[in-house]
Amino acid sequence: MSGFRARDWQVQPPALTPDYKTTRLRAPSAPLITMPEGCAPESGPVFGQGDLGPLDHDLLQNHVQDGAPIGERILLHGRVLDQEARPVAGTLVEVWQANAGGRYRHRNDRYLAPLDPNFGGCGRTLTDDAGGYRFHTLRPGPYPWPNSDNSWRPAHIHVSIMGSGFPQRLITQLYFEGDPLIPLCPIVQAVPDASAIDRLTARLDLAAASPFDCLAYRFDIVLRGRRASLFENKLEGM
Amino acid sequence: MAKSPLLETASQTAGPYVHIGLAPEIAELTKPLTPLGQSIAGPRVSGERILVRGIIFDGAQDPVTDAMLEIWQADAEGRHAGDDGCAPEFRGWGRVAADFDTGLWHFETIKPGRVGARAPHIALWIVARGINIGLHTRLYFDDETEANEADPVLQSVPDSRKAATLMAQKERDGVYRFDIRLQGPGETVFFDI
Repeated sequence: MSGFRARDWQVQPPALTPDYKTTRLRAPSAPLITMPEGCAPESGPVFGQGDLGPLDHDLLQNHVQDGAPIGERILLHGRVLDQEARPVAGTLVEVWQANAGGRYRHRNDRYLAPLDPNFGGCGRTLTDDAGGYRFHTLRPGPYPWPNSDNSWRPAHIHVSIMGSGFPQRLITQLYFEGDPLIPLCPIVQAVPDASAIDRLTARLDLAAASPFDCLAYRFDIVLRGRRASLFENKLEGM
Repeated sequence: MAKSPLLETASQTAGPYVHIGLAPEIAELTKPLTPLGQSIAGPRVSGERILVRGIIFDGAQDPVTDAMLEIWQADAEGRHAGDDGCAPEFRGWGRVAADFDTGLWHFETIKPGRVGARAPHIALWIVARGINIGLHTRLYFDDETEANEADPVLQSVPDSRKAATLMAQKERDGVYRFDIRLQGPGETVFFDI
């Protein structure tokens, strides 16, 4: 094991969730092997503002060709914490998403909804000292996918969080409060715990909205914490 | 003081369009963001230059053509980025996407050194459509026999045939092959780290 708390398999999806058909051929069949004490990496890559461009966090602007993208303008914000509720500062948060019609700007997406020339669907930022992050973007549309003959993904934004060490690495998806497609989606339902699914749901945050500009949604993220003994030993050694 | 910890955020698959966010240079964005993770070890970093390549296979033995891998490794002296003495040009981290048609991926780096008692190795993290939570594995080098025999992680794998799934094969000087099998015969060992 690493110096991080063990993964919580009550919360995390198992590899094989047959209702999400692609897992049937891509889920390892053998159980994971627990890495011996002290052998797992403790650190991970570190990023600085020099790695990012000035509009990387603003998906409403970073792919503009001849005007603003079409869709419901939103501020997406929240904090990245660890399980001890400590902010994970300076960590890289990356997002990607479909446009307002549910179409991705990707050569393998052939959905009939049109591309938006002014929307790329890719953003990234570094968390501040309090673990906070902010993106300006638009609310993506739901779209069909070939899991069954009538499968629709709820509107979602993919979120990648680097964390402070390789074992904290996480990719997830956030959904929007009240979306009736959430309980119908086998990707969402791969998560075994209803409260964990609830925590993947971004909440309307009217207080953070910009009047006459955009609504706001809040999505907080919790990464694995450091195991107490190791953390305290490190503090003593500092 | 003993507060109960917060619960982790659940993982969700990276999906088939992971490239838009994490490998924008190949997603065909008209105005891609500057890619991250393209240089694991800059040209002035000392060490043996190597190329690692492979294919990820699914349970039907078909190449996984929409996977993305992340790489985390030590330098030739066994130091990770940020450790004392590590060259600033050594990032030790990279990203690589499988080819959309063949599934082949490759990256260039320097061969890592031993980290303490551990044999030279590269940590890999794999995400793709159909993978609900990223898979951690490790690449070792088949020409490091002595170091591999003493490595505690390889020792911890209960079956030597399974440990062999973690071994990159030297194809020629400076080129290693590492295929990953998600399922079935020869299934690669994945770790809970």
